[in-house]
Amino acid sequence: MAIFNFQKASLSPAPFARGYREENPLIRRILIALSLIFTLLILVMPLLVVISQAFGTGWDNFWKAVTNIFTLKALYLSLITTFSAVTANTVFGLAAAWALSRYNFKGQGFLITMIDLPFAISPIIAGLIFILTYGRLGWMNSFLQEHQIKIVFATPGLIMATIFVTIPFVARELIPVLVARGSDEEQAAVLMGAGFLTIFWRVTLPHIKWALIYSVILCAARAMGEFGAVSVVSGHLRGKTNTLPLHIEILYNEHHYNDAFAVSAILVITSVVILTARSVVEHISKREERSNVR
Amino acid sequence: MSRKKRVIPGFSLTLGITMSYVGFFVMLPMISMALQTANLSFKEIIDSATDARVLSSYKVSFGCSFLAALINSVFGTMLAWVIVRYRFLGRSLIDGLIELPFALPTAVAGIALTFLTTNKGWIGQPLSRLGVSIAYTKLGIIVALVFITLPFVVRSIQPILEDLSPDYEEAGRTLGAGSFTIFWKIIFPEIKPALLTGFALAFARGLGEYGSVIFIAGNKPFQTEIAPLMIVTRLEEFLYGQATAVALFMLLASFIIMFIVNRVQIRVARLVGD
Amino acid sequence: MFVELRDVSKAFGDFEAVKKVNFGLTKGTLAALLGPSGSGKTTILRMIAGLETPDSGDILLDNQSIKSLAPSRRGIGFVFQNYALFRYMTVFENIAFGLKTQKVPKANIKERVGELLELIGLADLGRRYPAQLSGGQKQRVAFARALAPRPRILLLDEPFAAIDAKVRRELRSWLRNMISHLKITSIFVTHDQSEAIEVADRVIITNHGQVEQTGAPIELYRSPATPFVAHFIGESTVVNNYGSLKGFETAPEGASCAIRPEFVKIYAPGETVQFENTVQEALVDSLAFRGDVLEVTIILNGFALTTTYSLERPALSVGDRVKVLIYRIYAFDQDRAVLVGNRLLTNGGSGYNFQI
Repeated sequence: MAIFNFQKASLSPAPFARGYREENPLIRRILIALSLIFTLLILVMPLLVVISQAFGTGWDNFWKAVTNIFTLKALYLSLITTFSAVTANTVFGLAAAWALSRYNFKGQGFLITMIDLPFAISPIIAGLIFILTYGRLGWMNSFLQEHQIKIVFATPGLIMATIFVTIPFVARELIPVLVARGSDEEQAAVLMGAGFLTIFWRVTLPHIKWALIYSVILCAARAMGEFGAVSVVSGHLRGKTNTLPLHIEILYNEHHYNDAFAVSAILVITSVVILTARSVVEHISKREERSNVR
Repeated sequence: MSRKKRVIPGFSLTLGITMSYVGFFVMLPMISMALQTANLSFKEIIDSATDARVLSSYKVSFGCSFLAALINSVFGTMLAWVIVRYRFLGRSLIDGLIELPFALPTAVAGIALTFLTTNKGWIGQPLSRLGVSIAYTKLGIIVALVFITLPFVVRSIQPILEDLSPDYEEAGRTLGAGSFTIFWKIIFPEIKPALLTGFALAFARGLGEYGSVIFIAGNKPFQTEIAPLMIVTRLEEFLYGQATAVALFMLLASFIIMFIVNRVQIRVARLVGD
Repeated sequence: MFVELRDVSKAFGDFEAVKKVNFGLTKGTLAALLGPSGSGKTTILRMIAGLETPDSGDILLDNQSIKSLAPSRRGIGFVFQNYALFRYMTVFENIAFGLKTQKVPKANIKERVGELLELIGLADLGRRYPAQLSGGQKQRVAFARALAPRPRILLLDEPFAAIDAKVRRELRSWLRNMISHLKITSIFVTHDQSEAIEVADRVIITNHGQVEQTGAPIELYRSPATPFVAHFIGESTVVNNYGSLKGFETAPEGASCAIRPEFVKIYAPGETVQFENTVQEALVDSLAFRGDVLEVTIILNGFALTTTYSLERPALSVGDRVKVLIYRIYAFDQDRAVLVGNRLLTNGGSGYNFQI
């Protein structure tokens, strides 16, 4: 990771190669030292403590905790939830970005506010509104009971709550990219008789592919780690409605600290991989952009 | 407007998907909540939302979120500055890790920070000898929120600093201004709107944060209970109406904050002449 | 008429971008839509292409209304201001795109694209991406791409705006030759009067969403119909209350006019004046060398008048008191411009001849 980031730094042009050299070196050193200490305390130490606790009682215990049947079931449920939410939000994000950037229509502002809303709302409230909609007191309850559809305290509820929390990720990443690029190429394609799918695949998608990959990665990270919203709708049925983060909570509350950290280590590694992938994507897309802007 | 043709195809398809999706996943649940609220009497709402224990949870939530956002405004500005302006060993590590709080599940962050700061933890032990305890106090909540909301301030300010032309500073320097004068008079006004936005986003996120806080807070009624936890507690007691009332107050707070952010951004856009 | 606009109007919200525009062009014409920014010229072009829909009026191509036809069925080639080349396709794929959507057989596509690449002189660059081309090359590719499906009419939106000044001149004559060689009816939008005058057969001048005048460049120059055209085409100085000028004393109170450089003759100090009664005194305020002529600003009756002065004539310097003869002016009569000759000149002012 360090090696990779080094490349990233050397590639991004130093925008201030001139202009700040004369700055007081003492201030500079103090600021760098403070930043390193702050980063170490706030960002690095939590990662280290997870890893050290996870392997604190040896590899065998780590492996036992990770391959425990309930852990595997939670992992499976997490993957299902994440995959469903990310797929749905990607399709939605593409459609929303297209509709909001390629046309002018009444209510655009309102639609954007609605897409942004989940960012502004506590995950707990996100969970609560699904309970209020599909739960025992919800207005749909009798209909759901009749048809034996379980949403709350079951997988569909987990997926819906996760979708809600991660709705803005793809759409909000793509809209500015598409708006900034304008729609000249699409118009040119229309004049030459191209249809929607041709324009989308051959003209638009190549422009947004990196932003799309980038946003899908972030969306997946958030979906995988979501805690508050799924906690409210899950009902905490071990082996049934527990995702990995919820499973960690249970292990921790039962004082199985090493097990909790062992499972956490999986998520820590995942998030480091995600951060790395994010940097790789950023790096490639910047390079491509530079060669394209020439 | 109805007879206006759209040149680029796909309007009804993409808008249709967008509207149905937003309608089903955002508006329907929000409307359900509104319907639930309508079932409650005004007195019920006020009583549930201003119960003494709930009131103290607001105090904890607002106070800790505000302080955490304030701390991040200082350290976040410093980090953004250091990342943009200096080249040194470890710079890319900092830059790469800034978004860790976005990528790391909040529950993991919660238990990790708790373990670090209990009286037996790596950081908590030396501090406990000085008589300071972090875990299970308000200080712990602030630490968790500082971690969670750090990226907001840094990532708001960073692009502004990157785009800031060195000409201004050089002009200031040729006129004999010192480093502090240059920062306060030339750079700070430039980053102020972004800092306000970052602050507000951090504050709003802090108000709603749950996963990382509940582990470190200790959740003692009247002391370290946060408002989102009160909603969960009421739900677990099957007091849906009371949970909804508290949620309503929290929503209102979030909306006000988002509204202010919006205003600030619009005003800045006008100033810049966008 | 091959292309015809009838009472075409278009508003964006409260802003009336195009107001009841009428004009017609015969087949094979290369026309320029000329006007300042915001005058509606680009909107007119985009309505012909079908990228905007007129609120009212009709657009005809080859005597058939194309107003309700989809953009792709109008038989139009469009060159965008920033070319809008597909950045992720090669030059070859860009030019082939329109043919592919028409399901033209592969072999024919290859032949047609090769032919066009040859025509634009970029036969070797088919495999390059747009980012690897210079501005002039991109422009040529955009041109070829628009021509590939053999359109009935070619539309170009500010075709030279994104190119630096040196290449622009070259490209202008290239495009002019190319279009007259292909004999394709073309309309291009520009805000640069010299570009319109040098390239186009006919110029349509727009202002505030309306057509001010349509005509061959020389007609517009010689007999501008409106004050706007008189001022916009060619160099000129607008003078308020021209009744103070010698020879034009009969002007109505407060009337204004435009004076072109070639309407003014300056007699250097000491130079013989042909008709002493026709001249008046002025002060040389500034001199600027413009490569082949001197640009002289004189102060005449309290207003500044800019004109040109041949380098062959006796030298002038700033502060000189000179004598000035004004042959004729474009007098503004409400929304019309009328050529008025100096009444003191025996040979009148009706004829037009380029003399300095």
